[in-house]
Amino acid sequence: MGRRIGIEVSIALADAVKLANADVIAAYPITPQTHIVEHLAELVAEGELDAEYVPVESEHSALSACLGSSAAGARTFTATAGQGLELMHEVLYVASGMRLPIVMAVANRALSSPLSVWGDHSDAMAVRDTGWIQVFTENGQEVVDQIICAFKIAEDHNVLLPIMVHLDGFHLSHVIEPIEMPEESDVCEFLPPIHSPLTLHPSKPVAMGDFAPPVVFTEAKWAQEQAMSGVKKTIIQVWDEYAQKFGRSYHPVECYKCEGAKTLLFTMGSFSETAMSAVDSLRAKGVDIGLIRLRLWRPFPFEEFRAAVKGVKTLLVLDRSISSGGPGGPVASELKAALYNEADKPAVVSFIGGLGGRDITVDGFEQLITDGMRIAASGTDKEYEMIGVRE
Amino acid sequence: MAKQEHELTWKDIEIGAAVTEPGSAAVYKTGDWRSQQPSYDFSRCIKCGICYIFCPEGCIHQNQKGFFEADFFYCKGCGICAYECPTRVITMREETEK
Repeated sequence: MGRRIGIEVSIALADAVKLANADVIAAYPITPQTHIVEHLAELVAEGELDAEYVPVESEHSALSACLGSSAAGARTFTATAGQGLELMHEVLYVASGMRLPIVMAVANRALSSPLSVWGDHSDAMAVRDTGWIQVFTENGQEVVDQIICAFKIAEDHNVLLPIMVHLDGFHLSHVIEPIEMPEESDVCEFLPPIHSPLTLHPSKPVAMGDFAPPVVFTEAKWAQEQAMSGVKKTIIQVWDEYAQKFGRSYHPVECYKCEGAKTLLFTMGSFSETAMSAVDSLRAKGVDIGLIRLRLWRPFPFEEFRAAVKGVKTLLVLDRSISSGGPGGPVASELKAALYNEADKPAVVSFIGGLGGRDITVDGFEQLITDGMRIAASGTDKEYEMIGVRE
Repeated sequence: MAKQEHELTWKDIEIGAAVTEPGSAAVYKTGDWRSQQPSYDFSRCIKCGICYIFCPEGCIHQNQKGFFEADFFYCKGCGICAYECPTRVITMREETEK
């Protein structure tokens, strides 16, 4: 098995990309993603990773360069955050429409203005409809594991879609954690070299990213959507395979102390770990509470989510971004939509917090749970509660 | 020949909507924006082929009797053939719905 080392998560992520033997890396440094691509640039410069590192002038150029390299059949990696992801926005659609298996790490960051370099999920939520697979990670170990899995998922011939691995900016990207780095030989066995069924090659010319008039655009989009709907099956397969080889298993939706709980707290990303401590502490005090964590955000795991909340009375949802002028947090409104047709559905209480790097401590989560249970019992006319805001 | 665009189902679409077979602009129907069409009085035709040479759409062909006429799938009704014809075989008429 691998070595257990203390390492900064960003550096470990870059090392995971090296283990996956990426061919092309095109990225533009942006806080809090910088350490990832800096370390990759070093690895390439020192000859430790035999890859092409493409220095670009913007994130838009970075992803555009990735389009080209992925279309040529190279294993392609990029990383970004916040404003950088927004600058990539139009190219995100091109990558998924062209079915290019690009892997991107996103060190989640709030969007300006006011300017913030700190973590929240505004950037991830703004790109949720771009046709990329989106996975949220909880800790450093998971970042490393998910990056390796991401290449296998994206490059699977039933998938061939780009994938984002989200890690919370600073909360996760800049912490030093004990991480077990897998052995290179094991990763080689798990992750075969990339082989794309359709690439740009002079001996078999194809035209990619073409013009589609109204008469075929709908068909093209439906074909893409058909690929996306099968993705979950492949993801679960890859995660199971990873668990067999490396001993760590992952699921689209995970429950913590949910047995018999009538109230569940719902989180995504690194806050899930803090929330677990709050659940432990409240359970010790006899409060009937469990935690449900979503790992796979796109495609949304409807079946797993509905099964996990069956029989639950109240669902307390923490969003780390605002759907401005909308029905509350984007995650909460999506969960409500997922439950709408269920006969026996829990009440959803929507909280927004942890914006722009604001910490939520264990005490904060305990407060959130207590407030949530009170609101569920007494009812409210508010679409959502904003936590931690000074009056 | 490959299916025309309007016949493609989503299952016919290549990965990423890529085009893997070389196509041809010959499938584009350019004649459907015509507002005038040429009509012919072949009794005056000397089969010189000047209309064939000047047609910007390349849509004039020789029929079995050796007269030159336009393929209305492509003819845009520009009238250049009528203008160039030395013996006034061609006159442009208003396009009528059939």
